[in-house]
Amino acid sequence: MLTSQFLLLGAILFCIGVYGVIARKNAVLVLMSIELILNSVNINLLAFALRNGSADGHTFALYIIAVAAAEVGVGLAMVLLIYRNRRSIGLDELSEMRG
Amino acid sequence: MFAASEVLSPLRDGWFLQNAWLAPVIPTIGFALIILFGKRLPKKGSEVGVLSMLASLVLASGAAWQWIQRVGGAGEEQFVSPVIRTWTWWQSGGMEFTIGQHVDGLTVVVLFVVAFISTLVQVYSLEYLRGDRRYTHFFAALTLFSAGMLAMVIAEDMILFLLGWEIMGLCSFMLIGHWWEDGANSRAALKAFFTVRTGDVGLLVGISILFFAANEWTTTNLGLSGFSIRGLSAWALSGEPNSTVILVAAIALFIAAIGKSGQFPLHTWLPDAMAGPTPVSSLLHSSTMVVAGVFLVARLYPVFFTGLDILGPSSNIIMIIAAITIVIAAALAFVQTDIKRVLAYSTVSQLGYMMLGLGAGAWLPAVFHIFTHAFFKACLFLSAGSISHSASHHSFDMKKDMGGLRKHMPITFAAWTVSTLALCGVFPFSGFFSKDEIIDNVGGNGYTFFMVVGLGGAFLTAAYMTRATYLTFFGEPRGASAGEHGESSHGTHPAHDGHDAHDAHAVHDSHDAQDSHDAHAGPHESGILITAPLAILAVLAIFSGLFNATPFGESWEYMKKWTEPRAAVVEESYSGGPGEAFVVPAAESGYGESPCGKETPKDGVCYAPQLNHAKFKWSKALLSLAIVFAGIAVSWVVSAALYGRRDPRLVGLTQRNAVARSGYQLLINKYYLDHLYERGVVSFIVGPLARGAYWFNQQVLDGILHGVARVSRVVAQVVYRDIDQRLVDGAVNASADVTKAAGTTVQPIQSGRVGHYGALLFATAAVAALVFVILNT
Repeated sequence: MLTSQFLLLGAILFCIGVYGVIARKNAVLVLMSIELILNSVNINLLAFALRNGSADGHTFALYIIAVAAAEVGVGLAMVLLIYRNRRSIGLDELSEMRG
Repeated sequence: MFAASEVLSPLRDGWFLQNAWLAPVIPTIGFALIILFGKRLPKKGSEVGVLSMLASLVLASGAAWQWIQRVGGAGEEQFVSPVIRTWTWWQSGGMEFTIGQHVDGLTVVVLFVVAFISTLVQVYSLEYLRGDRRYTHFFAALTLFSAGMLAMVIAEDMILFLLGWEIMGLCSFMLIGHWWEDGANSRAALKAFFTVRTGDVGLLVGISILFFAANEWTTTNLGLSGFSIRGLSAWALSGEPNSTVILVAAIALFIAAIGKSGQFPLHTWLPDAMAGPTPVSSLLHSSTMVVAGVFLVARLYPVFFTGLDILGPSSNIIMIIAAITIVIAAALAFVQTDIKRVLAYSTVSQLGYMMLGLGAGAWLPAVFHIFTHAFFKACLFLSAGSISHSASHHSFDMKKDMGGLRKHMPITFAAWTVSTLALCGVFPFSGFFSKDEIIDNVGGNGYTFFMVVGLGGAFLTAAYMTRATYLTFFGEPRGASAGEHGESSHGTHPAHDGHDAHDAHAVHDSHDAQDSHDAHAGPHESGILITAPLAILAVLAIFSGLFNATPFGESWEYMKKWTEPRAAVVEESYSGGPGEAFVVPAAESGYGESPCGKETPKDGVCYAPQLNHAKFKWSKALLSLAIVFAGIAVSWVVSAALYGRRDPRLVGLTQRNAVARSGYQLLINKYYLDHLYERGVVSFIVGPLARGAYWFNQQVLDGILHGVARVSRVVAQVVYRDIDQRLVDGAVNASADVTKAAGTTVQPIQSGRVGHYGALLFATAAVAALVFVILNT
């Protein structure tokens, strides 16, 4: 079935994204992994939209793309600031709130 | 003679009768206004007092007028039901406590008298107390006092009656001790207060006994509580009450009347109470407060009638006490040098007449004597005040500071003379009609001995009043009246009236500065604010007797028609809540044949006992007039010889003759009653009783206190150690420990590394998704 292949692709992308978020130490890579997760969601939405013949999924996907662009913009700005302050973008070195 | 088929007209009513309760309410509000704002008002609050009394006077006059209309519109033998309005202010267990008005003939008479005298006395005080340091408070207390008396007069039940009675007791204390800086004045105030309080216990006991004895009967038959005056009256005449119970209640109430009305043996406070300002003496101790005791007996007359067997064959306690009072008080008036004390003892004696009348079944003459006595005695007191204010330099000593004043004070002299003649009972002044009626009726009811006592009292009254008149107005001026004033007169008699009572001379001078026409200018007539009330009262002292002029025939007996409740058997058609007018009169018996008070009334109740009225005979009146004139003549001759010519046979007689000396000593020491009270009663209270109370306080009360303290200390220790430390603190510590352990356990999760948080987040999401899938399949 075409839908299931789409969904499978989305799931694979999601897993890669999750792995990237958890395992990567570079903040830029983590942001990219988040993009992957969001896009896997987009694929899911489009797959179901095509299957049901409805335009709702497309609309949501467009929204998510817009929000993701904004999110990446903000995220990169934060990363830039962190780099300026600490000369590093390693996430492991940012742990100052340990209980 | 009076057919039962007589058509009974409905009784008239009116706004003033319905709203007579405003008469005490307005002065009460006036009192509050004076106390709160008096000092800021232009006339220092006195205008509020005078205006509120004027409003009460208008209300009382209106009520009296409409009551006359009501009686006039009723049938000949119809029972004229009182105008009653009640409001319930408390309900508890089926019992209702009400407050309300009971307006009948007796009420409107006394209401009018009180409002009238109060108004005049307040006007008089404007002048008399000008510049006084507690001017505002004086008017406040005077207004509240009048409010108390009006409330008592109008009371529907015994609770309001008691309230008004006690307000008067308190205000008399404040007014007698108005110039309390002088120790004698505050002692007199305390004496008055405590003596009257001794009697007040009787009132409380009497009311309680009556309530518990009568409440069931009145509730069942009339729908009234056992406090209601109407209910108690009907109960007393119903043949229901146990004779011992009602006897005890009547005696308890009479003890209260003895205290308030200055009857023997509790009369000693009244002459001392002359320490207050003269307007106070005039209002409280001649016409208003002391009448309260007489009013109590007149108001609850059926209770006394049944309880003490009035009109019975033997003499009762009221008559005996009254007869003793008449004679001893009149005798004491002979040895007084203070003009106000003469009047005070005269008041005591006249109150004895009223009590004698009530005790002997002469209800109407006694009430009429309240009416006439109020006018002429107030006039006498105000005359005495006028003399001290304008002629004798604030002294009341007749022997030292008065004499020959008739030329200087014509208006005061005229008012005094008229009132003296009225008091002595000379025809046609008002006292003749009332006092002679009392004596006549006492004899007419078969109490010959007491009639003789009354006639003897009339002789004594005429004699001591002539002596006082001679000393004050005739002969040569002496002391302050002759223009002598200065340090010596201050030193010799400092405590008679207030301005001199402040022993600092500076106070006296400051008073003079505000009061430019003081005695320094020599004796002269007082101002218009003093003479106007005197003139009004003097006119009433002449003519008020005509309201019940028995000698002129039955058509002149207005007071009898308007005031005396008719002893008709009244059929009760009780149909609901108390306060309803529910009287259907049954005029079946002729006057003089009513069963009320003689037997148990059938088919109804009585509100007033059947009383007799003696037929007036000129022969009896001429006898009493002859006795009065003999008293005046004897006293005049003796006074002229003793005080005028200084006759050597009379001067110093009390030192030379053993009999005269012992009698004089007995009188001057007031029968040693004050010694008895002070050494016996008061010193017992001050001595052993106080020591006993101290011991009780130290040993028993403090012991209890210490015991309680010790026990509470032990309890507190146990509580602290076991409950507070172990239980409460334990719970708090335990919860803190749990929180700490939980925190330590969860702490590692908070690694601060984003990766860990992300992993947790996703793991949780995965678990949640798993659960979601499982639940949905």
